[in-house]
Amino acid sequence: MKKPNYAIIWIGTLLLICLHQDSWFWDDHQTLIFGFLPVGLAYHAAFSIVAAIWWGLAMVFAWPHDLEALAEEEN
Amino acid sequence: MTPLIVIVCYLGLLLALGILSSRSFRGTSKDYFVASHSIGPFLLLMSVFGTTMTAFALVGSTGKAFERGIGVYGLMASISGLVHAAVFFLIGIRLWVFGKKYGYVTQIQYFRARFESSGIGYLLFPILVLLVIPYLLIGIIGAGKTLLPVTAGAFPDLFPNLATPQWAGGIPVWLTGLVICGVVLTYVFMGGSRGAAWANTFQTLVFMVMGVVAFVLIAKNLGGLENASKVTIQINEKGQVVQPYRWDNASKELVENNPPKVVGKLVFEGESPEPGTYSPRPLLSRTVTEVELNSKNPKTGEITSFKREYGIPPWMFATYLFIPLSVGMFPHLFQHWLTAKSAKAFKLTVIAHPLFILIVWVPCVLIGIWATGILPPLDPSKVSGVLGQIVGNVIESQVLSGFLTAGVLAAIMSSLDSQFLCLGTMFTNDIVLHNKPQDRYSDRQIIFIARSFIVVIVALTYLVSLKAPQNVFDLAVWCFSGFGALFPLIFAALYWKRTTKAGAYACILAAVASWFYYFAMSDYGKELVLGPGIMPVAVCFLISSAALVIVSLMTPPPSEATLRKFFPNH
Repeated sequence: MKKPNYAIIWIGTLLLICLHQDSWFWDDHQTLIFGFLPVGLAYHAAFSIVAAIWWGLAMVFAWPHDLEALAEEEN
Repeated sequence: MTPLIVIVCYLGLLLALGILSSRSFRGTSKDYFVASHSIGPFLLLMSVFGTTMTAFALVGSTGKAFERGIGVYGLMASISGLVHAAVFFLIGIRLWVFGKKYGYVTQIQYFRARFESSGIGYLLFPILVLLVIPYLLIGIIGAGKTLLPVTAGAFPDLFPNLATPQWAGGIPVWLTGLVICGVVLTYVFMGGSRGAAWANTFQTLVFMVMGVVAFVLIAKNLGGLENASKVTIQINEKGQVVQPYRWDNASKELVENNPPKVVGKLVFEGESPEPGTYSPRPLLSRTVTEVELNSKNPKTGEITSFKREYGIPPWMFATYLFIPLSVGMFPHLFQHWLTAKSAKAFKLTVIAHPLFILIVWVPCVLIGIWATGILPPLDPSKVSGVLGQIVGNVIESQVLSGFLTAGVLAAIMSSLDSQFLCLGTMFTNDIVLHNKPQDRYSDRQIIFIARSFIVVIVALTYLVSLKAPQNVFDLAVWCFSGFGALFPLIFAALYWKRTTKAGAYACILAAVASWFYYFAMSDYGKELVLGPGIMPVAVCFLISSAALVIVSLMTPPPSEATLRKFFPNH
């Protein structure tokens, strides 16, 4: 049975945690995306979307088939 | 009166849903505690999201953005989207597998088996209960405080509310708490975890829709999104905090203040502030900017000043990520995970959770920063009223006010129900049934015991809420910190075979000791950050992790039988 690739999950998640610390937009009070959304907020809104996509991908290549099978086994 | 009618109708609908869900009740204890593992992807998503989000998602996010600016979204929301989804995927699915395979309905049952220790249950039980109780109080008191101003003037003779004359005639906090407890108790009592899941789904839809509706109407009345974004307070070159616009109550439109109204000043040294040392639009960035704001007492007209910090300290931003880890140790969330029909039912929850956070939080954060240009400065103890005030000022619709309040109550009750149910489940399974022969009690008796415990817990919590300090909201972050400090326990139990019983005990004791040390340092529940802005939970987490690893390595590993049971590839 295919084993989930947890290494990719840990690396990807750590990368996202690093991207969360967006010092590059920390002081920007002028840029408004679509004319109303402060760039610091727009970045983190986009971060939420990326997080959803990331976990969607993670479930494709690291789905715990072994555990799923375990749950279906008889005791 | 109109808002009250809307809210009563909403509570009636909720009760009807609870009664309807009880028709699907199969009469077994497994069905009562974990809905016979029958909840599909959509209900699981909505019930888990509703349970995770409290009233803070609507009221607190708006208030915090009013207080500190847009950085609140990154601080609390976007990181929660990432971390919560990670916990659901990496912790939730594993626990669901073991729960389904070995019949666990509480966290403690899992820990007892994993660490081959009955005692660990007795150690963890009071800790988990004590951490959940303030969380319950926050909901009950929060519901009362939400309804009181909205219903002000409805019953002046019946409820003169002498202590809060500005809200004379409003439904008092004690009565709202009683009604909320009654409604939640009814559908949890009747429907168990399935009733909670159905009710949570309905309530999550209500509070999500109401947040978006409030945002759209406020933006429209402020003249559109681009116009609304100009409203936030600014700091001019003289270092004055000014409101460039005001809301004109007569014409019901936004009017430019010429000259801008001064509401405070920047805290700086010297003749004038150095450009670059502060943010001219402090709520649109995360630069830490200290200001002194003026607040006028509406009764006496007296003007008082108070200091406030806009923006987010970088260390606070970095270390706040330990707070959302708390969901991994929430006992009520564990129970929701166990209701899932299959491991695949988690997929939608994992993907949609960060998006749902975005849908709820971004509008509220924007409303919060816009409100700074319309409402007078408020000190941090009053910012939870920002959403209600801005809706009252800018929309002036009694019906919408009622629906919005129903949305806030929905967010509160969707957490309360799961917490009440989980405490009843824990008392029944971890204390009463533990170590008893399987045939000692029939299924009907077990359900009776659980329901009795839930009634007692609801009654006790309600009575405590009458005497609890009203600033109990400050305790929320401390509850999350406590659960966050215990996170290494669940993570290591699932992923590190070498974690031993002694290591688990050391982790729990270290988490509790370090948490209590900082809790006492905070004067028992006030806000506390360490040094440059480090959250205490980060230190507690490191201490409990170190204790777990060191003691586990110094003690004999778990038995082969246990490793084979919980590590399928061993």
